[in-house]
Amino acid sequence: MSTQKTVNGSPTNGNLQAKDFASDQEVRWCPGCGDYTILKQVQNLMPKLGLDPENIVFVAGIGCSSRFPYYMKTYGMHGIHGRAPAIATGLKVARPDLSVWVVTGDGDALSIGGNHVIHMLRRNLDINVLLFNNEIYGLTKGQYSPTSPRGQVTKTSPAGSVDSPFNPLALAIGANASYVARAMDRDPKHLQIMLERSAQHKGTSFLEIYQNCIVFNDGAFSPYTDKTQRDNTSLYLENGQPLLFGADDAFGVRLDGCRPEIVDLRSGKWSKDDLWIHDEQDRNKAWLLTALFDDNSSEGKLPRPFGVFLAEDRPTYEELVKQQIAAAIERKGEGDLESLLTGEETWTVKG
Amino acid sequence: MSIIEKQKKEVTIRFAGDSGDGIQLTGSQFTSTTALSGNDLSTFPDYPAEIRAPAGTVAGVSGFQIHFGSKAIHTPGDMCDVLVVMNAAALKANLKFLKPGGIIIANTDGFGKKDLSLARFAPTDTPIKDAKRSGYIVIEIDVTKMTRESLKDTGLPLKDVDRSKNMFVLGVLYWLYSRPLDPTIQFLTRKFAKKPEIAEANIKALNDGFTYAIATELFSERYSVDAAPIEPGTYRNITGNDAIVLGIAAVAKRSEIPVFLGSYPITPASEILQGLSGLKNFGVTTFQAEDEIAAIASAIGASFGGSLGITTSSGPGIALKGEAIGLATMLELPLVIVNVQRAGPSTGLPTKTEQSDLLQAFYGRAGEAPVAILSASSPADCFEVTYEACRIAVEHMIPVMLLTDGYIANGAEPWRLPKIGDLKPIDPRYEKDRENGQDATPFLPYKRDENLVRPWAIPGTKGLAHRIGGLEKEHETGNISYDPDNHQKMTEMREKKRDIIANFIPDQEMDEGSETGKLLVLGWGSTYGSIKSAVFEAREEGLDVSSLHLRYLNPFPKNLEKLLNGFDKILVPEINRGQLSKILRDRYLLPVEGFNRVRGVPLTVSELKEKIVQMYNS
Repeated sequence: MSTQKTVNGSPTNGNLQAKDFASDQEVRWCPGCGDYTILKQVQNLMPKLGLDPENIVFVAGIGCSSRFPYYMKTYGMHGIHGRAPAIATGLKVARPDLSVWVVTGDGDALSIGGNHVIHMLRRNLDINVLLFNNEIYGLTKGQYSPTSPRGQVTKTSPAGSVDSPFNPLALAIGANASYVARAMDRDPKHLQIMLERSAQHKGTSFLEIYQNCIVFNDGAFSPYTDKTQRDNTSLYLENGQPLLFGADDAFGVRLDGCRPEIVDLRSGKWSKDDLWIHDEQDRNKAWLLTALFDDNSSEGKLPRPFGVFLAEDRPTYEELVKQQIAAAIERKGEGDLESLLTGEETWTVKG
Repeated sequence: MSIIEKQKKEVTIRFAGDSGDGIQLTGSQFTSTTALSGNDLSTFPDYPAEIRAPAGTVAGVSGFQIHFGSKAIHTPGDMCDVLVVMNAAALKANLKFLKPGGIIIANTDGFGKKDLSLARFAPTDTPIKDAKRSGYIVIEIDVTKMTRESLKDTGLPLKDVDRSKNMFVLGVLYWLYSRPLDPTIQFLTRKFAKKPEIAEANIKALNDGFTYAIATELFSERYSVDAAPIEPGTYRNITGNDAIVLGIAAVAKRSEIPVFLGSYPITPASEILQGLSGLKNFGVTTFQAEDEIAAIASAIGASFGGSLGITTSSGPGIALKGEAIGLATMLELPLVIVNVQRAGPSTGLPTKTEQSDLLQAFYGRAGEAPVAILSASSPADCFEVTYEACRIAVEHMIPVMLLTDGYIANGAEPWRLPKIGDLKPIDPRYEKDRENGQDATPFLPYKRDENLVRPWAIPGTKGLAHRIGGLEKEHETGNISYDPDNHQKMTEMREKKRDIIANFIPDQEMDEGSETGKLLVLGWGSTYGSIKSAVFEAREEGLDVSSLHLRYLNPFPKNLEKLLNGFDKILVPEINRGQLSKILRDRYLLPVEGFNRVRGVPLTVSELKEKIVQMYNS
């Protein structure tokens, strides 16, 4: 179609920098919000994509995180609550040439928009999803969200939430996602790597980013971000490498059958060879990894993994749609309107 | 005995039998043959609500009604002259549709003990005898026995033999109405090209049915219906849903705008998604979404990307789409929302018809969310209205709601094929690349032209990168704005932009009668045929009644007010509780009277005519 452009060939943005992807709109998140870091890291990533800004689209739903598109000097749409995945799906199917990003939050993606998220994931459109998880409703000023831990006291749960929270990455893998990863706002360097990996993945990349809401849920992720605790609670995944954590990699995780357990490498009983070796292609192991979801506010728990859990190659939805269209044209030729309207049986009335 | 040959001006036949009896095929074959004979016609299928109700029960009865004649035909007919019933349940379910003294053609094999019991007759009941006693002419044929006799030498298994029963009956009817057998013979040969033995069996049953009617002198009369005065042209038979499919395909081909259909299956709209799914080589992409909301949201996403986004549904689905329609009014992107209306709130009567989503179309959203609204008046009309809805959506960058209903979605009538060259071109407002790329003067996504239409700046266009969303926009820049005066201005502009469409649609024309007078009958949507027929009959009786039928519901044609003011009384028949009546009273402060029925079925010509006569004389 004449309306579509491809971004194949050499990019013309060789000289673009992060600031070239910042819009002229004043950023209106609370001072100290984790969203600022994420915005900065996304803008830092943009020149690396090798795309001109007009070939990138950010789509969002509703919530604090969903203001994101306004701050990007690309095409963008701030949609309606929970529906960004559906809007992005239509856009990507219609325009596979575009780099499409969905920015969403825990309420937007997992509560009101939960249905669209799981269907987007199983279809595997080549869309990059950034889930800002702050375990609270921020824009509506502090109600519990589908990721708030049980017992959390909020404005709508004064006696503590009785909801059992979602494990977002387990949900994503359960929905047959081809790529799931986790990062956090307080580790921008690792976040940058994760953003880049997500952008490179062909298929729906689902990146959960732990994001601190300084006003309504400050410190929700401190077990993983606090300098005194994080070594013993955060496990950074490296493809092909054993699962190690703790200061000086003192601890590891091994699999006892299907059950992960912590082992102390200083004990002499275990070596790195005994540990669980991470394999991003292994869906079963990725599934087990998502089960490392202990509450780390007390000690001795299984650490929380960060990194790419799963990166699986499989055809994208829009490729399959395109192939079917091409096959139909190959088989039947370009549709002939005249013969379509005429149909199989006509009769003529003479004047 | 000599058979009397009679000429008929119009005839209505209703075929009824078990879902497995091939009733729809029989009906559509009779329709094709009738069309080829030059009659005008209108048909309506009456499917059972259950997919596979138990065989032989009333719930499992499938019906098909055809009204044809040597004059203009606008409805499938209120009551039938001939009722063909394949079993007791079919008679039970359909006798109420037969005119007093009408003909029943009954397959006696379908009236055994078991059949009576399945149809919930008492074992002592004698429905055929009762019908005779009530003054109906009953023609009894043991169709099963006759068909088995006819096909005994074919060597086909009994199961296949019995499946040809419908062709035997069709043969009888072809004789009764002096129709040729050739079109159906050709159809059978085509349909069973890979199973010639089945084709031959069906053809033999058809021929033998025809011969049986002559040989046994079943009837004392035989009828013929002359060709109708029909506008010259090439015709095909078409249902409303199929006409929408073709209308969308025509838009894709004529405009060269890629078309994207996001839809979720729902009765009675699913055929549109199904139909377009098979037209992948026509520039239409279809997406079966996970729900109604995703269906419209995906269409909006596609429109943002430069396609024409379309979504199709029925009332309950449209309710779910309401928030997204509001988003589309804010984004000011092209979007077509097709509502094939069905009866009742909630699940209601999904397979029955109603016009009760008009107020929903007008007002059923949060905030002031103006959309354009069009309606189709008949199955064939759906093609042109669909094309027109798409044209308005694209050229005015606005959501357009297209209302049809279950009656015209499934009903069929002859459609005169349009000349492709006559279809108006569609002019998309694509904004072009800025040569200097992002350094050029800032692009203003909400800067409007003289018709208040904003540019369509699609991703991939250099120098136009911009952000849009559901938050109120600042005039011209499209930036977020909470300014009170700006909100007032933008709200008014969105409404005015919709109203300006009135400058781009034709003036309202009268359907029947003069432009002023005592009584105007005004309708919209699927009541067209009933109104047209009732007004025609009233005029034949000397009543100077006029009628007009609205296609454009919002905005109304500019001359509508003047036309309405030319009449002493205005009658608005609708299959709802008076929704257009309310709108007209509100808009024009006129004492409009409604004629409203919500029984899930079309208004009958007779009840409507009675109302017209009563109102005219009062």
